[in-house]
Amino acid sequence: MNVASRLFSLILLVAAWYAGSEVAGERMLPGPQTVALALWDEARSGALAFHLGATLLRVTVAFVIAMALGTALGVWMGRSRLADRLADPWLVALLNLPALVIIVLAYVWAGLTETAAIVAVALNKLPNAIVTVREGARALDRELDEMAHVFRMSRWVRLRHVLIPQLAPYLAAATRSGLSLVWKIVLIVELLGRPNGVGFEIGIAFQLFDVTRILAYAIAFVLVMLAIETFLVQPIERHVSRWRPKAA
Amino acid sequence: MSPAGGLRQLDVSIKGKSYRSASGGAIEVLRELAFTLKAGTVGALVGPSGCGKTTLLRIITGLDSDYTGSVHLPDHGKLGMVFQEPRLLPWRTVEQNVRLGAPEATDADLDALFDALGLAAHRRHFPGELSLGQARRVALARAFAVKPDLLVLDEPFVSLDAALAKHLQDELAVLVTSRRITTLIVTHSIDEAIGLADRVFLLSASPAHVIAEVPIARPREPRTAEELAKIHREIARVLGKLSK
Ligand SMILES: Nc1ncnc2c1ncn2[C@@H]1O[C@H](COP(=O)(O)OP(=O)(O)OP(=O)(O)O)[C@@H](O)[C@H]1O
Ligand SMILES: [Mg+2]
Repeated sequence: MNVASRLFSLILLVAAWYAGSEVAGERMLPGPQTVALALWDEARSGALAFHLGATLLRVTVAFVIAMALGTALGVWMGRSRLADRLADPWLVALLNLPALVIIVLAYVWAGLTETAAIVAVALNKLPNAIVTVREGARALDRELDEMAHVFRMSRWVRLRHVLIPQLAPYLAAATRSGLSLVWKIVLIVELLGRPNGVGFEIGIAFQLFDVTRILAYAIAFVLVMLAIETFLVQPIERHVSRWRPKAA
Repeated sequence: MSPAGGLRQLDVSIKGKSYRSASGGAIEVLRELAFTLKAGTVGALVGPSGCGKTTLLRIITGLDSDYTGSVHLPDHGKLGMVFQEPRLLPWRTVEQNVRLGAPEATDADLDALFDALGLAAHRRHFPGELSLGQARRVALARAFAVKPDLLVLDEPFVSLDAALAKHLQDELAVLVTSRRITTLIVTHSIDEAIGLADRVFLLSASPAHVIAEVPIARPREPRTAEELAKIHREIARVLGKLSK
């Protein structure tokens, strides 16, 4: 039932796309079959894998840096009032700085380098991770903390068995919103200053008004992110929430 | 440091403990509260609700250091604690909860404990799948598994049905007697105190201090109704004498 309705909605989308391309013409909106062929060509030449790989690598590195730093800072701000008061204005500033400004400044200050690109993306994701994790850190259970203290649990045990499980729902939320945010920003970063990646390819296609290639790359990337969500994020979430009593 | 021949005892000598109230004033909860508990014996603290028993246990276990006075734990100071609520990690199984609290416990230790507390069938369950009574038993198992130098229990049998409370009380008596663990138990019930303790400490209302100590002859042994009534009379006499 679930699968069937999803499939139906997907078929509807492709049909609407097909109808749209009939109305707008192949140049403005190429049909599904044209895009599929282009995708196949890019895949055969190896270009697709190369650019997808480059983009995925940037997404992964920037995401991991932002999440690790965001978790540490979020916990710190959530648990210490002083830290919260000190760091909050910075956080608000970062939250409201447009992504484009951060990217351009990173390129201006650090040159058109890989480091600048990664830092720019991570900085864009960071405040959102901090805010989410801080919320979780504020809700930490003091009673469990006391229990850990009385039983002299090591730092590692406290982190792994007391702290992280309590933060898990917040980390999951930050991951969800984070992945989609990060890959969108990575594309802009690549468009503006990298010689490879999906963003770079879309930039070239834009200069040639090659809508087919733009759609081919966009679809390929959405499919990859969908696969990551389905086969990586969701199973992990199920595993960490296995202890929650199931409704009968 | 240890007294000749024995392990060091629990020494509690609290001059004062106050909480700040929300309106800014200080509420005195404990004043001149002192007692000692010999190594390997069981002490029961009995006092009215809200008199400061949990506060006292928090001080003894090092969770609250905002007081004047001193506390000396028995040798090594390894603690096992049963809080007023079970305080288990909901995301870890029963067995993992016990192992995380007591990483040094062997498989044989755990087997014996789970058997004694009737938890053998629940080792792989998560706390959310347990009844309150079962969760309390897991908390007991965790505290025992530590092989503590001092076992501290805060009303561990409250809100359990009488039969289960009696059963767990007997299990506790067996474990404490066989291992000779220095134990401090807080309870509302004089009967429970008499059933478990070598010494009963009667606490006053807040600000709490020890108003009387009642030694129990032949601790944790079966008693006739007559003997029980006699101990009750003794306690009533001590309390009566004090109120005059
Ligand atoms: N964090 C706190 N801030 C202010 N007052 C507190 C705080 N904790 C406890 N108190 C007060 O201290 C007194 C003693 O509390 P405590 O929890 O030690 O009582 P208790 O003897 O354990 O009671 P019970 O038998 O009901 O568990 C109470 O009057 C309570 O209102
Ligand atoms: Mg209490």
